[in-house]
Amino acid sequence: MTDGAPRRSVSLAVLTPLMSVIEWPMRRLQRHLGIRRLAWVFLAPNLLLFGLFAFLPVLLNVAYALTGGGNVLLENRPPVGAGNFVQLMDCESYLDPNSCDEDKFWRSVHNTVLFVTLQVGCMIGFALLTALVLNGPIRARGFFRSVFFFPVLLSPVVVALIWKWILQRNGVLNGVLGGAGFETHVWLLDAGWAFFWSVFISVWAHMGFYTLILLAGLQAIPRDVYEAARLDAASPWRTFRRITLPMLMPTMLVVLVLALIKGVQTFDEVYAFTGGGPGSATLLVIQYVYEVGFGGSPRLFGLAAAASVLVAFVLVVLTALQLWATRKNAHG
Amino acid sequence: MARLELAGITKRFGSTEVIRGVDLDIPHGDFCVFVGPSGCGKSTLLRMISGLEGLSGGDIRIDGEVVNDVPAANRGLAMVFQSYALYPHMSVRQNLSFGLENLGTPRADIDLKVAETATMLQIEPLLDRRPRELSGGQRQRVAIGRAVVREPRVFLFDEPLSNLDAELRVEMRGEISRLHRRLGNTMIYVTHDQVEAMTMADRIAVLRDGRLEQYGRPLELYNRPANRFVAGFIGSPKMNFVEGTGDGDRLELDAGGRVPLPGRGFRSAAGQRVALGVRPNGFRPAGPDDWSVAATVREVEQLGDESYVYLQLADATPLTLHVAGQTRADIGSTLALTASADAMHLFLAASGESLREGLGQGDSEGDSEGESA
Amino acid sequence: MAEGGNGVTGWLTRTRGRGRLHWTDWFSYGYLAFGVLLMFGPVVWLLLSSFKTDSELQRFPPRLLPHAQETVTLEGHAKPLPLFEVTAGELAGETVAQVRRIGLSSQVVRLDDPGERIELSLDERTAVEAPALATANYTGLFERFDFLRYLWNSTFITVVATLIMLLVNSMAAFALSKYEFRGRATVLALVIGTLMIPQSVVLVPLFLITRELGLLDTLWGVIIPGAATPTGVFLLRQYMLSIPDEILDAARMDNASEWKIYWRIILPLSAPAIAVLAILAIMWRWNDFLWPLIALSRSENFTLQLALNSFQGEMQTEWSSLLAMTVLTLAPIALVFVFLQKYIATGIASTGGK
Repeated sequence: MTDGAPRRSVSLAVLTPLMSVIEWPMRRLQRHLGIRRLAWVFLAPNLLLFGLFAFLPVLLNVAYALTGGGNVLLENRPPVGAGNFVQLMDCESYLDPNSCDEDKFWRSVHNTVLFVTLQVGCMIGFALLTALVLNGPIRARGFFRSVFFFPVLLSPVVVALIWKWILQRNGVLNGVLGGAGFETHVWLLDAGWAFFWSVFISVWAHMGFYTLILLAGLQAIPRDVYEAARLDAASPWRTFRRITLPMLMPTMLVVLVLALIKGVQTFDEVYAFTGGGPGSATLLVIQYVYEVGFGGSPRLFGLAAAASVLVAFVLVVLTALQLWATRKNAHG
Repeated sequence: MARLELAGITKRFGSTEVIRGVDLDIPHGDFCVFVGPSGCGKSTLLRMISGLEGLSGGDIRIDGEVVNDVPAANRGLAMVFQSYALYPHMSVRQNLSFGLENLGTPRADIDLKVAETATMLQIEPLLDRRPRELSGGQRQRVAIGRAVVREPRVFLFDEPLSNLDAELRVEMRGEISRLHRRLGNTMIYVTHDQVEAMTMADRIAVLRDGRLEQYGRPLELYNRPANRFVAGFIGSPKMNFVEGTGDGDRLELDAGGRVPLPGRGFRSAAGQRVALGVRPNGFRPAGPDDWSVAATVREVEQLGDESYVYLQLADATPLTLHVAGQTRADIGSTLALTASADAMHLFLAASGESLREGLGQGDSEGDSEGESA
Repeated sequence: MAEGGNGVTGWLTRTRGRGRLHWTDWFSYGYLAFGVLLMFGPVVWLLLSSFKTDSELQRFPPRLLPHAQETVTLEGHAKPLPLFEVTAGELAGETVAQVRRIGLSSQVVRLDDPGERIELSLDERTAVEAPALATANYTGLFERFDFLRYLWNSTFITVVATLIMLLVNSMAAFALSKYEFRGRATVLALVIGTLMIPQSVVLVPLFLITRELGLLDTLWGVIIPGAATPTGVFLLRQYMLSIPDEILDAARMDNASEWKIYWRIILPLSAPAIAVLAILAIMWRWNDFLWPLIALSRSENFTLQLALNSFQGEMQTEWSSLLAMTVLTLAPIALVFVFLQKYIATGIASTGGK
């Protein structure tokens, strides 16, 4: 029996009488509906939750995006058509946030694009490197695997605080740098450094997850392929480039898209770490939505919803990509 | 103990008709074997009887009561599955008790019945083990035990021995037969192996393509097959078929030879294309007064106490001969073969129907005691 | 050492290793050692720092271990007296205990002569310190801050949300894996569709719906919206597909109702997958931040994560309590990790491919 089983047995013992009580009405339903249609009864709670908290919100989101005002109830909100979207998209140049009507939004978009590019790039790179190392002839592989995975378990707030403490003006990083004769900084008050460290802690916190997936992908490559390469006198670099990498590519694709999807939604750790600052140097797009919709006064639900719709669109495209990549992987 | 009647059973999956109007009447206490090639619908028919599969048409009656809409668990049946389907996470004892628990049987009764069944099937030492700790034969016994403990009216077996090795299969065959003699219940047994059918059945139902080809006692099917399919299916090695054309009271074989047709008990074959069926042990070397057909020896297999000779007729029709003892037939030599009237079976080439009088088209055929629907 | 392994490292070792440590091995172990330092180091630093007093925390450059001033109990003095080492004057080098401090000077006594008081100015002495844990940081959390309440909120939400999720998702997975019914493909497509709707892009309407249901600013307002996750349905469905249908048929013949089959056959046989999902769910719920931030407003409803974040602002200078609270917030997950890390790793590896 697995380790999870004892916990499971306890909860089973507690819940069994409850389940027996439910059996009564379920048997009657079964007699009425027949076995085949009973499936809907099993599906009902899940569908209800999805309907209420996933699908309905999507529709309402669009409805909100098309209305204005500060009222939370939809019926009290005046429709403004595409007004919110126009406001969001009104820019002389999309490359210069300051030229935009809603410059905060565009700053957050720029920040997010830069953030995601750096974060995903570094994360996948290091995850690949780590997976390669872990896949090699090392001892205590399980232990080291857990080491890299450990930060994944930490909550974003904890991650932010751990590193904030290290990066304090009189924190340990400055202590070490100062001791070694380097310059110390007030890291989080500098826009550039704050951004850098935001990317850093995000990579630190999530790399282990992708390392595991890539490691599984590496281990799925059969050893005899490498032996055949060896017989074919392939150099190590060539082996990596022409054999390992291509065979790992489906997994890499899945990992890449997954990281992009999660990266775009980054909020928790950066918000707790810098609060978006200094100024709006580390303001990311989800935080923009949060501030506009729930932070300021009045609460501009319409604008926030409109921004959400735009982000959702990007995510739908990415998720569709992910599903396509996964299906390819499954058949490949 | 129950009488089982199937009337006009049909089953469709989408637009495909899988069972095409089967009529069957199985008396109390019979051991009835459904046999046929794969895809003939025997398992589907069994599942419909069990209630796990619904009917598209027709009625199923147990002891006169129509059970079409009665849920599987309430028909008073028990089933032994091909892969045993034991609950892997429960002990043998729990596997046996599960059904009775669901019926609300008092604990004391359950324990009693489980103990009795375990004794009967000799699985007492296994009661506290898990299925994965048991061998194939032991699992089979537990699966049977699970059915026995519920004291059903009818037992259903879905190819229970096909996952066992040959030796174990023979042993379990005997066990199941003994179980039947001991309990006396009506049992329906599905298999693709005609040896199992012949050795275990009180009556056999031969199925093909969703149709009942013949239903009767094993030797009835062996000696008086209703059509060419049943003739070729029952009996091993298969019956030999030689084509020819009826001409008056004789049969002109395509491969040469004029066979005098047995007049009594057979319908006329005049002017029709006919297949003559003779079992491998039905041919013998032709004497001077016998009709004969010439066959060339191609292979000889000597097993010491019996031999198989594989021959070919002039028109390339293959023949198999089963001879007792050892033979001196040479490969390439030609033998003149004949068969007596009582070893001959005649079938219309077109429909496969037997020309023997007293046999119908195949549906719902009774045995010689005349029990037909 | 030269055998086995895929990838660059293994390959290189095989061609050049010959039983000795190759430079790639040095690199590998060096990288791994660096990894251990980088991954565990910050947390260890957090842990150590959480046992330091506030004044200790302000020291720069920071010292590794938490220290506290040593004390001694002497005759004639009720409370333990802090120890100092004299740095100047005639008593230089000696260890003395301070009785009182007045302004810029202090009264000290020598250890062997507790009766006689000697005057020292502040800069003539330095504190004698030894490694010690300031557990007051932790106990203070329970007394001064509503820590138990936040702990309860987080725990309640995590446990209830996980149970609901397991129940609802397993029921749906059962229906989608073991039943043939019209509309099954549509439902599956819908579930996949839900994957495309992460919480973060429907915050506004979620807020409205939660409000209309009267669940705003309640724990249930955090529990229920989060229970609709498609990942769980997929994971469990995939696993349930591998349960042979014949076992269900046998159970039906055994007069088991479909609910009983779900409860006594399907769930026990799906235990491994359920365990993985449970661990994932616990992790997600415990660490949840954005939605609770929006849904909860009164501080007595805050989860640990929310409390931790809000105290950042309030306690900019009170790092001692903040750090202790951070440690306590990460402790449960760390414990789960220690005991169940094997299952977490296999679980992530298998869901990651979905």
